[in-house]
Amino acid sequence: MTLNDLHQTKEAEIAARKKIVLRCCQAAGCTSSDSKGVKERLEKAVAEAGLQNEVEVRGVGCMKLCCEGPLVQADPSDALYVKVTPDNAPAIVAALKGGRSTLAQADPHSPFFTLQQSIVLTNCGVIDPERIEAYIAADGYQALHEVLVEMTPKDVVDTIVKSGLRGRGGAGFPTGLKWGTVAKSPGVKKYIICNADEGDPGAFMDRSVLESDPHSILEGMAIAAYAVGADQGFIYVRAEYPLAISRLHNAIRQAKRVGLLGSGIFESPFNFTIDIRIGAGAFVCGEETALMASVEGKRGTPRPRPPFPAERGLWDCPTLINNVETFANIAPILRRGADWFAGIGTEKSKGTKVFALAGKIQNTGLIEVPMGTPLSTIVEHMGGGAPDGGRIKAVQTGGPSGGCIPRQHLDTPVDYESLTKLGSIMGSGGMIVMDETTRMVDVARFFMEFCMDESCGKCIPCRAGTVQMHHLLEKILARQATARDLAKLEELCDMVKNTSLCGLGQTAPNPVLSTLRFFRHEYEELLQPDPHGPRTPATPVPPLTAAN
Amino acid sequence: MERLKIATVWFGGCAGCHMSFLDLDEFLIDLAGLVDLVYSPIIDCKEYPENVDLCLIEGAICNEDNLELLHKIRARTKVLVSFGDCAVTGNVPAMRNQLGPDNVANVLQCAYIEHAQENPRRPSTAGIVPALLPRVMPVHEVVAVEYFLPGCPPAAANIKAFLTQVLAGTTPQLSGRQIKFG
Amino acid sequence: MAAKTLTIDGTQISAENHITVLQAATEAGVKIPTLCHLEGVYDVGACRLCLVEVKGTAKLLPACTTRVYEGMEVATDSERLRKYRRMTLELLFAERNHVCAVCVSNGHCELQTLAYSLGMDHVRYDYCSPKWGVDATHRLFGMDHNRCILCTRCVRACWHIEGAGTKNVAGRGGKSMIITDLNEPWGNSETCTACGKCVSACPTGALSAKGSTVSEMQHDRSKLEFIVNAREKKQWSV
Repeated sequence: MTLNDLHQTKEAEIAARKKIVLRCCQAAGCTSSDSKGVKERLEKAVAEAGLQNEVEVRGVGCMKLCCEGPLVQADPSDALYVKVTPDNAPAIVAALKGGRSTLAQADPHSPFFTLQQSIVLTNCGVIDPERIEAYIAADGYQALHEVLVEMTPKDVVDTIVKSGLRGRGGAGFPTGLKWGTVAKSPGVKKYIICNADEGDPGAFMDRSVLESDPHSILEGMAIAAYAVGADQGFIYVRAEYPLAISRLHNAIRQAKRVGLLGSGIFESPFNFTIDIRIGAGAFVCGEETALMASVEGKRGTPRPRPPFPAERGLWDCPTLINNVETFANIAPILRRGADWFAGIGTEKSKGTKVFALAGKIQNTGLIEVPMGTPLSTIVEHMGGGAPDGGRIKAVQTGGPSGGCIPRQHLDTPVDYESLTKLGSIMGSGGMIVMDETTRMVDVARFFMEFCMDESCGKCIPCRAGTVQMHHLLEKILARQATARDLAKLEELCDMVKNTSLCGLGQTAPNPVLSTLRFFRHEYEELLQPDPHGPRTPATPVPPLTAAN
Repeated sequence: MERLKIATVWFGGCAGCHMSFLDLDEFLIDLAGLVDLVYSPIIDCKEYPENVDLCLIEGAICNEDNLELLHKIRARTKVLVSFGDCAVTGNVPAMRNQLGPDNVANVLQCAYIEHAQENPRRPSTAGIVPALLPRVMPVHEVVAVEYFLPGCPPAAANIKAFLTQVLAGTTPQLSGRQIKFG
Repeated sequence: MAAKTLTIDGTQISAENHITVLQAATEAGVKIPTLCHLEGVYDVGACRLCLVEVKGTAKLLPACTTRVYEGMEVATDSERLRKYRRMTLELLFAERNHVCAVCVSNGHCELQTLAYSLGMDHVRYDYCSPKWGVDATHRLFGMDHNRCILCTRCVRACWHIEGAGTKNVAGRGGKSMIITDLNEPWGNSETCTACGKCVSACPTGALSAKGSTVSEMQHDRSKLEFIVNAREKKQWSV
């Protein structure tokens, strides 16, 4: 593959485009509602109407408004059909000819769509994720070419540093700094890992990206490999994402076939291969050291850091490990420049963030907004607020490691620092909206149960502490707890947070701590009076007067 | 001047802690000179009195009688001491908790039916044998406890160390092997 | 070999390069409580009892896996650490069935010793009282899961010192358990060499020699140290 080949592929792809495109979502959400059947019937209907030469029925990735799926959108008319069944196909095709359709439609110009800004999701719902040509036609692999031909590895690292990109896996560590550390770590063999073990309840950003635009991840990983001096990459993806896995396999096969993975990429001395490792369902394997143990074929448990993976990772070699969304940002940054990227977002949080909107909200689905967008814009304007005229009570971000942001703080801009200040975290992008019917102690109990079940069992505070915290929450909910139990719960939160080995345990108390911070009264309302009065420290026995 | 009123009580346990208490030997005589033992399995007193200064509690809380008396003790006593492992941890009596929520039925079936040598029958007349609690509990799970004196049983020397500090009017502090379980 | 100068609890000491805080403290006569640490096998930093405060680091660090560095200031015995250690022990005692009075290792148990030496005289959490079994299928040894604290010392001794790879961990969270091979009865194991190193390594009464009754099981750690010293340092002294 040369630059010329790349251009030719792109031009051929564009030249072959038909006037009208019916985009039909083929991501996991819509396919679970038979969008495959919809696509087949659309193709049949197009053939029956004799429109094969004018109309393309294109399977695409996630079209974002998941609650209304299966979704079909017509280009260039923009008509967005919702909750489409296979039987609707003839009507959709008929409407292409100008007839008015009575089918249910959503407004593609509603705030849910117009307030989005796409970097990561640019190709999402637009291109066919199963064809490398479609990605190339969307300027795919151009950044990789530029990097390999025109830039030194140091230039690449510098660009990422300058862009201000921070890790999208949750903690927000500066990506460029991490790359620089791996690049500087001595070692003949280095590895790249893409962490696609997305496990937060309610989060589906990474799955959507993998299903909708797998090549963007491969390109991002290849650029990273060049920058740090690695020649082998692994994508660690959970087994519960079969569609993402199959699209990744397909994408890797295609990229290898045209020489965009393998040896001598773009006729440079750069070699890079990517293998897929499938997780067996343990949440803790999203933690980087546990993930690496799992890739090595060992029991997936974390180990103390340091040493950090950047110095000693996979098989003790320097390893760069980034999240899916982080890698998806790489090619756009290289293509459009660090300054462009740094111009989006806030001072300390650059670029955009993808969120999976879920819970008690009108519009559930996938959104991408600039960093710093107020939470209220996301949940009230884009999300349409709580359903059935309800009122939003809180927004949970960061999954089991995060916290609940109450209504009065919805004007908070979404960036790493602001969310941390409120006792939550950015997390990987799960955003669960709760309305007035939600009991916050229940929420805390749910997440604690999750952490208890997902604790790997290695360190005592997490293994046994989550069990006791869960027990205390159950006791509170059963109205059998006293103020003494609540104090015990808070003490355990502090201890588990400060003594656990890995991030899972260190953040497991967060949902309790944040609900206690803003909704303490909901806990206290459930408490029973302590029959023995407030427990005081041991009272000294009154001195024995007879002995005097 | 009034003498310190001390009580001891025996819940679900083997009485070994009380045996260890009796192992205080001649210190018992000193003790008798300094305090009034107002309630104990070793004295004849049917009703737990009011205004007790200190109560040593042996045994885990296993049945409804234990529970009722414990609440009475807490209400009438300034300082409670969990005396021995059964009171402190539940110990051997609490091993039936491992049998799960149905442990009472299992335990009674095993003791009164399966291992009965003659006349297998569960006692059922009300007011004769107190009903077992669904879970055996250490004392502090039921009421607030001021001091813990673990051991199975606590060695007489440790009991003496504890009581000596009490009698001296200081806050009792035991450490190291003095608070060893088992 | 370059030496590092550091302070432990206010006392300045010098330590060999690359050794751990735990090793440095031990050499300096400072006792840091440990439970999953075992001389002769690699450390995993799992029990969190050896957590220490290091100046300039917000997080508490496990002494067993943290390397010394020049100018390091370590505190091993603050009020906060003592509280966390007691809570860790309370959590352990509440987790499974540690009934010291009827345990084979009563009087010779590291968990029991730590409890009294760290001043833990009762457990404030509700006991979980789970039902765990006993594997008595091996002709020489027994495994009582009720007493297991999942320190994985047996696993590491089995893999690292004996090289048999018989002992493993299965499951996750509180449901984790030490298994033999792929969860076979111990007596059926074809990989077990019956060397007894796991039994020597065990800090509690979870692993014991058959025939020992209450208080009789003493774990002889010196055998393990002897083998490791002989193998790794070529020292054959007993």
